[in-house]
Amino acid sequence: MAGSGTAHMRPGESDVLLSVEHLVVDFPIGARRVLHAVSDVSFDLRQGETLGLVGESGCGKSTTARAIVQLPPPTSGAINYKGTDLVQLKGENLRRMRPEIQMIFQDPISSLNPRRKVFDIVSEGLSIWGGKARRSASQRRVAEIIREVGLDPEVARQKRSHEYSGGQCQRISVARALVLDPKIVICDEPVSALDVSVQAQILNMLEDMKERYGIALLFISHDLSVVKHVSDRVAVMYLGKLCEIGDGDLIYDQPAHPYTKLLLAAVPDAANKHASDDDAFHGELPSPIDPPSGCRFRSRCPRAEAVCAEQEPQMAHAGAGDHWVACHFPLSGHDPNN
Amino acid sequence: MTDAPLLNVSNYSVGFKTERGLARAVDGVSFTIGAGETLGIVGESGSGKSVLNRSIMGLIASSRQIETGSVLFDGSEMVNQDRQNFWGNRIGMIFQDPMTSLNPVMKVGKQVAEPLRQHLGMSKRQAIERTIELFTNVGIPSPAQRTKQYPHELSGGMRQRVMIAIALAAEPEFLIADEPTTALDVTVQKYILDLLNRLQAEHGMAMTLITHDLGIARGRTDQVLVMYGGRVMEHAPTEELFTHTRHPYTEALLASIPRLDHKKHARLTPIPGAPPNIVEPPPGCRFSPRCKYAQARCVQSSPTVDGAEHRYACFFPVGTDAGAEALASNRAAGETATGLKMSHFEVDA
Repeated sequence: MAGSGTAHMRPGESDVLLSVEHLVVDFPIGARRVLHAVSDVSFDLRQGETLGLVGESGCGKSTTARAIVQLPPPTSGAINYKGTDLVQLKGENLRRMRPEIQMIFQDPISSLNPRRKVFDIVSEGLSIWGGKARRSASQRRVAEIIREVGLDPEVARQKRSHEYSGGQCQRISVARALVLDPKIVICDEPVSALDVSVQAQILNMLEDMKERYGIALLFISHDLSVVKHVSDRVAVMYLGKLCEIGDGDLIYDQPAHPYTKLLLAAVPDAANKHASDDDAFHGELPSPIDPPSGCRFRSRCPRAEAVCAEQEPQMAHAGAGDHWVACHFPLSGHDPNN
Repeated sequence: MTDAPLLNVSNYSVGFKTERGLARAVDGVSFTIGAGETLGIVGESGSGKSVLNRSIMGLIASSRQIETGSVLFDGSEMVNQDRQNFWGNRIGMIFQDPMTSLNPVMKVGKQVAEPLRQHLGMSKRQAIERTIELFTNVGIPSPAQRTKQYPHELSGGMRQRVMIAIALAAEPEFLIADEPTTALDVTVQKYILDLLNRLQAEHGMAMTLITHDLGIARGRTDQVLVMYGGRVMEHAPTEELFTHTRHPYTEALLASIPRLDHKKHARLTPIPGAPPNIVEPPPGCRFSPRCKYAQARCVQSSPTVDGAEHRYACFFPVGTDAGAEALASNRAAGETATGLKMSHFEVDA
């Protein structure tokens, strides 16, 4: 990957809710050096759609998500939400947008205030945004949403987060996010800290909630099987760049980017059809402080050639359907070199 | 398996005295591992899989711990004995978190060289040479320079390779790998597991691989032990366990995992409820409150782990007539004997 470009964007379509364009997030790390966490990433999200974002640790997936909610604001780029560029919003105007884009974090226990009753944690957002006049209505709404995520609201009035299990805490996080009636929910590794039996409960619940409220999800995970399950579209990131984006079934069935293919081959799954390939990764993940020129994946890519060091690949259509790849030598069924 | 197994664990239990009563973290576990074999231990958090291995190793130094049963390592009894002279040279261990299990203020080379000098009586120069050789073996690039670095200067995958080098430094006969790849990315995970397999083949080392990932258990082990609430639910040769699953818990675990060959938005079948409290475990079978096969008998008495090659603890095993009847009667009643609604399990495609 290591590609830029916007060929995969869907600007003409009316139900595009969020479009992230040329997002760059740099962190100064002293001595005039800069860590390039996210470099020229573009994608869009339709109403009611789930975009799964996968990649290894350090590839910039969480930074991308946080930049969308301006925590911290990106170095450059535009984040258009319903016709407004969030990057340009300041102060009160930005605050007014916050209920519409909510987040769910990885660690369910540390993301809840241990000193507050769970019911109060969930109702906090409404008491800020709902106004005093609707107090009783908002109490009813909070009880309803707690019930919807599978907990008892009366118990939640009595208990604090440490009295709940990890899976239940993640349900509370979901309730806290949904009570504000958001249009987009960003889930940053929401099931990574949970046991497999509980993970399935939370994934099913997220799917139900998405269906019921018609929300769009940006779902970040390092677990490729989990991402496949929940996503309509999948985007693969490597070292701050997008490699491949498109329909989940297409990408998992026929990965076009060599990185995606290696990533899939590493998944321990008895039914993994990519696993027989014995290509392995060369070397270590390069540093985002001094990333490779051209394609950022070239230093570890089995297909890299001279052009990969000179030119950065741009997003281009890969075969049929909604499938886009940034690679000079993409893998494909029709590839004469393959 | 060989005639005399390397490790023979029988009816082994570990309890902890707590203010609320005795926590039976490991309850009557038996298994054997032969030389060169790999046993996978699968279970969720709190299933007792880590406590089992740590106490076999003698790493839990607590006056509140109570050990019963027998653990024979190469013929010698380990339970309630001082096991320190087994550490390093006979049994090695790799932990989950490579950041916290290395000493942050000691150069990694010294952390590898130290056991070599202590256990094998090497000179300083020999130990350094051997360390560089070990680093090369576990795939650490530019090993000589790496020995002079501190853990924080290495990536997670590199640190885990250092851990493996330490564990293998004295060429132990038996290696306990406790979730060795859980903190790592899939690509690094594959490298580490391949490395362990290769080193195991080279040295004929036996291994227990503790994991919550059934995909890893399936691909990397000879036999698998499924634990739940401190007890063995099912124990069988790996292929047998996955192709002829008998225990409802194993079946439920397999059904709850997202798989690569599922289509997008495929519905998962979760296991309702949460793992059991081991201080006050549910009566009868510990899985009965979450089991779709549960009958009155499952609450009244505990099934024992029966069978020869393929052992399981269940009155109504999956794939048998008894299991099918139990399931049919629960479906007809709309709920299980523990009051679990069958609608939890009826997932539309």
